[in-house]
Amino acid sequence: MSPRRQPEQQAPPVQKLALRYAKRGRARFASHRDFGRAFERALRRAEVPMAFSSGFHPHPRISYLNASPTGAATEAEYMVVGLATEVDPAWLRDTLNSALPDGLEIMAVVDAPSGLAERLKAAHWQVSLAGADPSEVAAAVQELLAQSTHLVSRQTKAGMREFDVRPAIHSLVAVADGFEVMSAIGEPLVRPEDVVVALQDVRPGLAGNGPGLANRLAQGTWDGERVQPPF
Amino acid sequence: MSAHVTSLYPRLEPLLAQVSKPVQYIGGEVNSVTRDFETAEVRWVLMYPDAYEVGQPNQGMAILYELLNEPDWMLAERSFSIWPDLAALMRRDGLPQFTLENHLPIKAFDLVGVSFSTELGYTNLLEALDLAGIPLHSVDRGEDDPLVIAGGHAAFNPEPIADFIDAAVLGDGEEASMRISELVRAWKLSGRPGGRDGLLDQLAQRGLAYVPSRYEVSYGDDHAIAAVQARPGIPARVRKHTLMELDEWPYPAKPIVPLAETVHERYSVEIFRGCTRGCRFCQAGMITRPVRERNIQTVGKMVEAGLAATGLEEVGLLSLSSADHSEIGPITKQLAERYSDSFVSLSLPSTRVDAFNIDLAAELSRNGRRSGLTFAPEGGTERLRKVINKMVTEDDLIHTVAAAFGAGWRQVKLYFMCGLPTETDEDVVAIAGMAARVIEEGRRAAGTRDVRCTISIGGFVPKSHTPFQWAAQADPETIDRRLRLLREKVREDRRFGRAISVRYHDGKPGMIEGLLSRGDRRVGAVIERVWRSGGVMDGWSEHFSFDRWVAAAEAELTPQGVDLEWYTTRERPVTEVLPWDHLDAGLDRDWLWQDYSDAIAGAGVDDCRWSGCYDCGVCPELGTEIQIGPTGRSLLPLKVVQHSA
Repeated sequence: MSPRRQPEQQAPPVQKLALRYAKRGRARFASHRDFGRAFERALRRAEVPMAFSSGFHPHPRISYLNASPTGAATEAEYMVVGLATEVDPAWLRDTLNSALPDGLEIMAVVDAPSGLAERLKAAHWQVSLAGADPSEVAAAVQELLAQSTHLVSRQTKAGMREFDVRPAIHSLVAVADGFEVMSAIGEPLVRPEDVVVALQDVRPGLAGNGPGLANRLAQGTWDGERVQPPF
Repeated sequence: MSAHVTSLYPRLEPLLAQVSKPVQYIGGEVNSVTRDFETAEVRWVLMYPDAYEVGQPNQGMAILYELLNEPDWMLAERSFSIWPDLAALMRRDGLPQFTLENHLPIKAFDLVGVSFSTELGYTNLLEALDLAGIPLHSVDRGEDDPLVIAGGHAAFNPEPIADFIDAAVLGDGEEASMRISELVRAWKLSGRPGGRDGLLDQLAQRGLAYVPSRYEVSYGDDHAIAAVQARPGIPARVRKHTLMELDEWPYPAKPIVPLAETVHERYSVEIFRGCTRGCRFCQAGMITRPVRERNIQTVGKMVEAGLAATGLEEVGLLSLSSADHSEIGPITKQLAERYSDSFVSLSLPSTRVDAFNIDLAAELSRNGRRSGLTFAPEGGTERLRKVINKMVTEDDLIHTVAAAFGAGWRQVKLYFMCGLPTETDEDVVAIAGMAARVIEEGRRAAGTRDVRCTISIGGFVPKSHTPFQWAAQADPETIDRRLRLLREKVREDRRFGRAISVRYHDGKPGMIEGLLSRGDRRVGAVIERVWRSGGVMDGWSEHFSFDRWVAAAEAELTPQGVDLEWYTTRERPVTEVLPWDHLDAGLDRDWLWQDYSDAIAGAGVDDCRWSGCYDCGVCPELGTEIQIGPTGRSLLPLKVVQHSA
């Protein structure tokens, strides 16, 4: 009869790589957790030499930054992975891309820069409002920008929460089938759907078009004009 | 079966943004197969009548999906139940039930195969057919509608859904589905002789499937079935299909890896099919005979390839009683050694109570994990366990549990049923005493007070094709009273009660499951009425409405002179024609009745794998045989993998 064994200690990673990835098409409806499981399985199929955490349930060392909401497509999600042996970043990108399901793609792999989280403080979103009248959208954008505060409420895990969307908006412009917004990533986090609600508040005529479909084009730092990616 | 159909996805996408868990509707998973619809000669929909998270891990679906997508002239796409939030939006926008691969309307396919693991999926069948725009009743379907074919364990008594399906396949689906596909292909190539009816006649005449519309059911003055009469040229009895030589059918080889979260996230290999333990309550054990093993080398190859194809981190060695495989020791030991450094975990649904299982379980948890062990004594007293033929003494159980606690486990889960034939209040209350002994011996063996025992107990539902097919089901009041007595007894136990928890299901859903399990064609109207009054997703407690079922049963059954109790809590006489008597699982009816009589007398029966044939009838009736090892072989060496890193 063997006594309870202590879990094995795992070695620390020898290499840390930062990845930018995209979620497109149907895969926009994969949640952050769904992506995580799919990514871990792709790592196994591709036989990537991952470093693992210690404990009874060792996990591959992966940290995600600023996950976009379920239903949003994105060109600019970031994560850092720890490896047990050094690999070529380009090999990692290609091998993962051949193992990931359709719609999930690794766009870039680099040695993890220090302070990555500090360099992801703003997001550039494009939101399509299918069927919305462009002049209504343009008018709504003008009205919202003219306000200095605009409260919206959203159901969160902690219950119904009310917060001001306006201070987070760096830039907001109407485009052909919706709008583009550049917004701060902060607390509370203002999501594109909150901006849609605010626009529908000021122009109720937009309310019939549902929550819209959002696509994150970039994350990075706000330089006063655009969102500058970290790498 | 129109020639030109287009993807519904563009119209579906804006709706997905407004519903919960939209990922379950998108398809596109790793290992899913998307083929050209236009050029395929035979087109299947494989439907599981429950949510994706429940249906996608189904082993039968995974096997048939691969097999039916193998020939270049065929395709199979999947479809699952749609939650009410999306279904409402789809009805508003006129979007039909769709497949996940090409997002095509299921009405456009040739065949819709529906897998029923449980009868509680029946309302979901109606919901899917209605959303699909396929007439609910087989008799109303036209030449362009697909054939709706039921399979799975519930198909062994498909009478309650006889009006809604076109056919049912009994038993193993591998060869049966391929033969049906070839028949449909030939029928289409030769200009569809006889139309839809001609095809159904062929299915019935060749014994490929049970076609309910080819059988006339009449009822007597006592409201029981008087006779089931096959039409001329149609076999009087329909036999189940049995797949032999499982080593030649290593499926699933590369199952779909869900993107959405599902109830099981593992690569499962059936290490054998069938079971001859002879537990009298167990329909699966009766209808899947004889035992047919896969050998250690096939299992090893399947695990290796399955892990490589999926990237999953858990392997399940599946069967009805996995520890009974003739090579289970070498299989678990060698697989555990092979994967000891790879963070892959192995699991064995181990339900037998003996010390050997503890050794197996120890092999499977070498990396130090000791989550919990599960045993299924099923009955609280030895007398009752003899009735159900679950031959384990309380001392066996206590020794096993002591060995488990001594080997490092701290938690044991015990499965029981309530409402078994001949059961008394004392039989159920005795479970508390058994659990108390588990804790007492467990604390001694573990050397710590920190041990736990969970009692998990649910109501027994008698099923067709078992010795208990004649038995009276216990009414919900009796079940709920006994469960209450058990919980009180545990709570009163000052020494051990706090280390014991009781998980239970109340008796009401079991009553409806009982109606659907042993029902006849008259029950179809009840199902339809429940669905028409909003009933779907009956397997989910938040959706299931007992009152709705009771009201529908009263409205539809009373005019027929029967009621809910007639189908459930009534013991059937041996002379009564049972709704499934013309459906042949190979079991000899006289043997089943004898085994029922033995049960009531408390007489046991041994396992025919080791103690000789006791004439259940399956092997001679179906021309099958027990196929077991041991082969004496070992795992084959792993393939050498080229690392490009």
